Amino acid sequence: MLIRKIKLQIKNISVTPSNQLARASANPFLVRSAGPQGLCRGHFPRKPCWSCPCRSWFWPLYHFSAGGGFLIPYIIMLVVEGMPLLYLELAVGQRMRQGSIGAWNTISPYLRGVGIASVVVSFFLSMYYNVINAWAFWYLFHSFQDPLPWSSCPLNSNLTSYDEECEKASSTQYFWYRKTLNISPSIEENGGIQWEQALCLILAWLVVYLCILRGTESTGKVVYVTASLPYCVLIIYLVRGLTLHGAINGLAYMFTPKIEQLANPQTWINAATQIFFSLGLGFGSLIAFASYNEPSNNCQKHAIIVSLINSSTSIFASIVTFSIYGFKATFNYENCINKVILLLTNTFDLEDGFLTPGNLEETKDYLASAYPTEYSKIFPDIKNCSLESELDTAVQGTGLSFIVYTEAIKNMEVSQLWSVLYFVMLLMLGIGSMLGNTAAILTPLTDSNTISSRLPKEAISGLVCLISCAIGLVFTMEAGNYWFDIFNDYAATLSLLLIVLVETIAICYVYGLKRFENDLQVMTGCKPNWYWKIIWAFVSPLLIIGLFIFYLTDYILKGTLQYQAWDATQGQLVTRDYPNYALAVIGLLVASSTMCIPLVALGTFIMNRWKKGKTVSV
Amino acid sequence: MSSLRTKGKEMRDIYLNEIILKGFYSDRMLVALLPALSLVTVIHAQLCQPGAKDAFKVRLSLKTALGDKAYTWNENEEYLFKAMVAFSIRTFSSREKIEISNVLLCNVTKRVSFWFVVTDPSENQTVPAGEVQGAIRMNRNRINNAFILNDQTLEFLEIPATLGPPTEPSTPIWVIIFSVVFCLVIVGIVLLIVSGIRQRRRKSKASTEMTDVEDKCETMVTIENGIPCDTLDSKEGRTNRAFAAGDEKLTPL
Repeated sequence: MLIRKIKLQIKNISVTPSNQLARASANPFLVRSAGPQGLCRGHFPRKPCWSCPCRSWFWPLYHFSAGGGFLIPYIIMLVVEGMPLLYLELAVGQRMRQGSIGAWNTISPYLRGVGIASVVVSFFLSMYYNVINAWAFWYLFHSFQDPLPWSSCPLNSNLTSYDEECEKASSTQYFWYRKTLNISPSIEENGGIQWEQALCLILAWLVVYLCILRGTESTGKVVYVTASLPYCVLIIYLVRGLTLHGAINGLAYMFTPKIEQLANPQTWINAATQIFFSLGLGFGSLIAFASYNEPSNNCQKHAIIVSLINSSTSIFASIVTFSIYGFKATFNYENCINKVILLLTNTFDLEDGFLTPGNLEETKDYLASAYPTEYSKIFPDIKNCSLESELDTAVQGTGLSFIVYTEAIKNMEVSQLWSVLYFVMLLMLGIGSMLGNTAAILTPLTDSNTISSRLPKEAISGLVCLISCAIGLVFTMEAGNYWFDIFNDYAATLSLLLIVLVETIAICYVYGLKRFENDLQVMTGCKPNWYWKIIWAFVSPLLIIGLFIFYLTDYILKGTLQYQAWDATQGQLVTRDYPNYALAVIGLLVASSTMCIPLVALGTFIMNRWKKGKTVSV
Repeated sequence: MSSLRTKGKEMRDIYLNEIILKGFYSDRMLVALLPALSLVTVIHAQLCQPGAKDAFKVRLSLKTALGDKAYTWNENEEYLFKAMVAFSIRTFSSREKIEISNVLLCNVTKRVSFWFVVTDPSENQTVPAGEVQGAIRMNRNRINNAFILNDQTLEFLEIPATLGPPTEPSTPIWVIIFSVVFCLVIVGIVLLIVSGIRQRRRKSKASTEMTDVEDKCETMVTIENGIPCDTLDSKEGRTNRAFAAGDEKLTPL
């Protein structure tokens, strides 16, 4: 019995990575050890497609502000930043064979803060990210009605016409801002917790808890479902989207580059941050993941394949997004034209059906010249309808997924089916991302002895979910969406840039590029060629420093940070300044993750001096 | 006198229709009317005018509503319209004497739009606007259906239509679905936790059994390769010093 036990242990020590775990994200604290518990954790898909489907999709659904022509900055940033940095992180993990914190500790003990910063960023991310899942649940539950609740405006109190706010905005915007968020006019007015949203948030956290309950083995199985189902739905949507009327306009818009937008640095920054976000750079997950690879694994090939799969998934998702966007823009444009036609027909008592979109312009000129007084009376109401301006109305952030898509869906046939499909897909993506984030927080906790000896892992996961859910209830208040935008814009972006910058500099200048090169040759048998070396050593750091400088100058020039607030009386978004306490929160968010790096370095320096002092005195 | 009046009205209607069909602003047509009827015409023209007291404008969009199946707006359709208005007034307020001839139409355009006013012969004046409004609102659905139109294509300006509120079930549907999903998730969590606790109990029972067995053969093989086996049981395992990176702090370039 004992000999069998020993044989089992020896076998476990030499187990191959193919038996190992599909850890969806970081384990920064994991030290790769010979113990059986450290290795045998479940099954692991050979192809590294772990977090990429989930994150790479949100970006076309999310960041739309670049509008058409985003492809060029995206592809350039992918080739110049994404692929090299991905290769770098995979190589570091494979070489050091430790999780994020351990790996940077090996390179230099002063750099342990990089791993800690990654964990802090993951913690912030998991706090606010689940609110998106709560909204997806809300819309999903409302999709089972006929007609869809966001397809028409509710009536006002005396039943003579529609609700005022809904008339000024559109019915989908009204449903989002009033029925879902019940948003307050500014961030100062907090309002109360919306119980419906709070319930959906609690449900979302319960689902996440269900998936991570058993630890990372169950997470691996769930990731299979959450990664593959969205592909199916996206293919269905691709076929439907391309057959919609007006989809061509959206696709043409996507593929035509806009020179003035290429000159705007904001576009390049967005492209860079999206590449980081969708590849998972800077979160520590890639290093931890690559640490399970065999040393002889060709990580260069891996990096190129992964980034190509990732970007083609993103482009595929954005084709679907833009075809649906084109449909919506064309629909609105045609509505606008019809409204102008109706106005002219009614004012001048022309024959019904006489005005068509074809002869509208010449008839307008004729009427302006023939009846100048009446024409000038209605002139302010005649809107200049333009397809370009419809396509240009950039909706940013979470509003995109919920407003634009619901608006397009309500005009399709069998809209309930499309709505259910879409929100199920959104949920799968969201829950997949959440699993990665929570695993990043949980694995250091479960691996550290002090906590895991006292509490079983179900209790640790439950505690983490409970704390995050309690903090997340802030986002269900009336002003909650404004706080959400703060977290969305500032929690991860700057910190990620800094982490990646420190990583590149650490490898190239602290560890030594030549040494790294030699290690790679010893491990994989091939040296990285001059392209990679130049990008690691010069281009990437310079680019990231450039992005930083731009962020700072932008902030200094503007003077203060601003946000978009929903004005119910006007039925549209207005720009306001952040109050002081909101600015303080933003500063705290950015500082708490970025300051980890210098603080830990300082701490290590002081500890070493103290130790040296002790040994000298002894 | 009344028969003359009705005949005059009919003739006026016929003539006015001719005018409208031929085009706007045909003053010569009006001038060509019989002078004997001019008095009657003037009185009725005063009652029914754009913007007159108690008069309402109606606008139809036949082509928008019906497309190819649109009918032409002619005097028969106007007759039907007058009949529907008279019916509405009769049912709303109990003015039993209202006839089709009491409803006056004027200024029919190509749009199609026109003004109408309802006169009450017994009181010799127009029916007040509020009554007409109430009557039309009450019977709006039937008027719409008579013309195969809806609220948007048959518009009574200044008479707002009562919009039908959407039907809402007593329990919102989303609450039902939410409760179902919520219960399923709770059941799943409870099952997993319970099975986890059971597994742990089984393991601890099995390990106590194994340690009992081990105690018996403790003097047997406990050392393998010079390493005592107990240490291999520790959670983190043993780090192999040969592979440890050592205490290098800063590596030279």
